[in-house]
Amino acid sequence: MRCRKMAEIGRRQFLRGGALATAGAAAVAVSGPEARAAVAPARVAYPANRLANIADLTVNEPLDVAYPDDDAPGVLLKLGHPVEGGVGPEGDVVGFSTICPHKGYPLFYNAEDRTLNCPGHFSRFDPEAGGQQVWGQATQNLPQYVLRVDDDGEIHAEGVDELLYGRLSNVL
Amino acid sequence: MAYKRQIDRLPIIPADAKKHNVTCHYCIVGCGYHAYTWPINKQGGTAPEENAFGVDLSEQQGAETEAWYAPSMYSIVKQDGKDVHLVIKPDQGCSVNSGLGSIRGARMAENRRSDVLGTQQQRLTEPMVWRYGTWQPTSWEDALDLVARVTARVIDDGDEDDLYVSMFDHGGSAGGYENTWGTGKLYFDSMKVKNCRIHNRPAYNSEVHSTRDMGIGELNYCYEDYQLTDTIFMVGANSLETQTNLFLNHMVPGVRGDTLAKKEAELPGELHAPARVVVVDPRRTVTVNAFEEVAGKENVLHLAINSGTDLALFNALFTHIADQGWVDAEFIAASTFQDGVAQPQDEQHPAALGSFEAARAACRMSLADAAAICGVSEADIAKAAEWIAMPKEGGARRRCVFPYEKGIIWGNDNYRTIGALVNLGLATGNIGRPGGGVVRLGGHQEGYMRPSDAHVGRPAPYLDRLIIGGGGKVHHIWANDHYKTTLNASEFKRVYNRRTNMVKEAMDARAGATREELVDAIVAAIEAGGLFSVNVDIVHTQIGQQAHVILPAVESGEMNLTSMNGERRMRLVEKYMDGPGSAKPDCLIAAGLAQALERVLREEGRDAYADRFKGYDWASEEDAFMDGYHANTGQIVTYDRLRAMGNNGVQEPVIGYEDGKLIGVKRLYADGKFDRHGREDKKALFCCGAWRGLQAPGKAAQKAGFRFLVNNGRSNINWQNWFLDKDNDFVADRYPYPFLEIHPDDMADLGLAAGDLVEVYNDVGATQAMAYPVETARRGETFMLFGAPSGTQGNVINAGTNELILPNYKQTWADIRKISDAPATVKHLSFKSKEYRMG
Ligand code: SF4
Ligand code: FES
Repeated sequence: MRCRKMAEIGRRQFLRGGALATAGAAAVAVSGPEARAAVAPARVAYPANRLANIADLTVNEPLDVAYPDDDAPGVLLKLGHPVEGGVGPEGDVVGFSTICPHKGYPLFYNAEDRTLNCPGHFSRFDPEAGGQQVWGQATQNLPQYVLRVDDDGEIHAEGVDELLYGRLSNVL
Repeated sequence: MAYKRQIDRLPIIPADAKKHNVTCHYCIVGCGYHAYTWPINKQGGTAPEENAFGVDLSEQQGAETEAWYAPSMYSIVKQDGKDVHLVIKPDQGCSVNSGLGSIRGARMAENRRSDVLGTQQQRLTEPMVWRYGTWQPTSWEDALDLVARVTARVIDDGDEDDLYVSMFDHGGSAGGYENTWGTGKLYFDSMKVKNCRIHNRPAYNSEVHSTRDMGIGELNYCYEDYQLTDTIFMVGANSLETQTNLFLNHMVPGVRGDTLAKKEAELPGELHAPARVVVVDPRRTVTVNAFEEVAGKENVLHLAINSGTDLALFNALFTHIADQGWVDAEFIAASTFQDGVAQPQDEQHPAALGSFEAARAACRMSLADAAAICGVSEADIAKAAEWIAMPKEGGARRRCVFPYEKGIIWGNDNYRTIGALVNLGLATGNIGRPGGGVVRLGGHQEGYMRPSDAHVGRPAPYLDRLIIGGGGKVHHIWANDHYKTTLNASEFKRVYNRRTNMVKEAMDARAGATREELVDAIVAAIEAGGLFSVNVDIVHTQIGQQAHVILPAVESGEMNLTSMNGERRMRLVEKYMDGPGSAKPDCLIAAGLAQALERVLREEGRDAYADRFKGYDWASEEDAFMDGYHANTGQIVTYDRLRAMGNNGVQEPVIGYEDGKLIGVKRLYADGKFDRHGREDKKALFCCGAWRGLQAPGKAAQKAGFRFLVNNGRSNINWQNWFLDKDNDFVADRYPYPFLEIHPDDMADLGLAAGDLVEVYNDVGATQAMAYPVETARRGETFMLFGAPSGTQGNVINAGTNELILPNYKQTWADIRKISDAPATVKHLSFKSKEYRMG
């Protein structure tokens, strides 16, 4: 979870013009298409990854995840009321990329007004409105996950609705 | 549903793709981009040697990478008649933006006409003539022949007053030196048209007469000055939204302290600190918010003055700074006029101009009086004066840059207010020096090259009012949409519709007639009070709905085009794609019209007059450039030389060419000699303009009679790109209707919920907007988005202008009533605060 302290580090580092690095250093674990000669499909094949269980989520507390691979940080949010793209019993669980689609800085969640904010150049996105950019520099709204919840409450991501920053194919 | 493109991958730019220099043509900043094109049947690969970046694209790229582009930066367009891939992405090597794109410029590619992807199908492709009750496509020859024949009937050598012309004077977009020269040569050289206006105002005049009369051109600094200064004193501007990458790439580093080392190196021997900021604006903007975030609240002073009281504030600051002795006496003595009044107040000068002491006497205003007028505290005004001019520790002069824009340009008492701001810059020695400048920030880029307009006169004719009064017989319009962006728009549209409909009806009645009969019918309708309207544009505009002939133009990227930005940085945008259909550069359309006029006049036996229309045998826009810019500016700049200067170009004026490089000028007036007024002594003048309340006719009464201030302006997403963005899904999704920012308590009073549609109405008209709650708005003070196709803000702007016909948009008052619950089209919108909040 991105706590207040991390947000402060982010603010210092980015607003004060610190160095930048690729997010996430973990090994890539992608269950992408198998390596065999075949006709390429028209769209990328998204992995179906388990991100969390409904029971892991608390209203208005962001849970850090990554999708479609560990180099693509994101967030799961339970918002407490039905929202666009929301899944789960209350239709209130959504997932978004947290790399800003402007220049790739990390977004931080503001629980007070439920927005994702970018310390890079002040963009902000509304997870209660499908990731619509409330105001900002990005030329696209925030990539949102296609989510599915199974009978055990497991939350799976199965797709993304916009190109992720920093990759020319959503699945690498 | 928030708009999503559902794009999960993009074609990769191959290593051998063609690369073109591009300056973003949307706003004044002029950010550098590159356009990459490559054949439709080819693509690059993820291996470093297979792509244009030389990096492994099978890996996630980090923040600020060069090796990524958004779907909005991609299109498929025609180049030399063939489909090609196109990527237009920001250039990290351009000193203006250092690789930053904005929400506008980074959608350049997506906003190209693409027959494959279906974007911008609104672009005009063929000339059209009003026939059989609608617009029918036709050839250039046919369309220009009709325009020339009707025009030739109402003009004569030495009598061209019945031809009215609305013509853009800007760079970028579809403007630029080539195109302003083409129209300028036609109307100001071949003809001497005096009844004309510019794209965004109802007369052919300067928006900043006073600074020029004082000797100071309005774009006198360089963007780097924000990195070198001690204080930014910003007035009536919202730069984060309307000069976005200037704000992010130059102002932010200056106030954040990133540039301290640069300051030490370039300006040794004085104390340096991160710049502090004063913002003068009745409204709290995202610019104020962002400055607070980077500088800390303690280093940002927002003077939220009462609307229209800037002059009182500046005069008080001037008085206080002079009284404290915080002036640059040496500079005043060496570079400014010394002996009282140099230019008395008269019809052409809404204030006298003269010496520092003369201005001091005329402008005297106490802190207490200003505080009462402006509605801010004396202490805050005194603090602003200290931040502007109190000598730094160690005694060095404080450096201050004074950027301003529409808040005062389209505000109360334009002449005196801008003059009073320039007074501050002059008194403190902040013009022509590093970290200084009194500068307009700008809207479009600049690209003005025309023969003298002296015959137009000053005050210039108020064209819109003349049209309303029945003046004019033929109206040529070059990329102006009065219907969306003029003042007193309600009345203008009523009259314009009536007068142009008279001609449409006359044309309809003569369907099938010969050209001669048709021209006779049109002229008869004109003589009866009608108006023949010719519209040159890239899209079918709102005023274009009333046109009788429509001529399609191309824009930047579809032709080679030169312009300069807000620090006079001139670049060549290389043509990287074909224009739509048979659309042409404006300069070549003007040339075609000149040639058609010559032919028609000769046919009619008016040979001497016909001879005036010679000299337009341009085969390309480059010919127009050589005929105009090159020939009139020392014959130094050519396309080849400019192309070689890349996206960093050269800062005008261009004074030489050495070692394969064009030599420009970093700051104007570095030698302390001022010449914009044409005075031989090259001394700057101070402005002696006392505060005189709301100056324009009707404003004070409107303020007294209506409840809400309807402040107005642009937004980050809807700015100089709106002509295209009315057809852009991403933009239309965010704001289907113009927003009206209003305090939640005012909304409660009016029974409004977020997204409800309201009518804004007053003594001159009415318009429609969508309520957007803003907690930081002041009660009774709203802000409406200007220039929207779906709600013309100008409908409620009265006709009152200053003495020199500068419109006064900002001081507008109206009442507001609900007309509809939030429609389905806005149900998905976010109505959260636009201010960045880390939480
Ligand atoms: S700031 Fe202006 S010039 Fe730069 S990319 Fe944006 S619209 Fe274009
Ligand atoms: S990286 Fe997020 S606003 Fe620029």
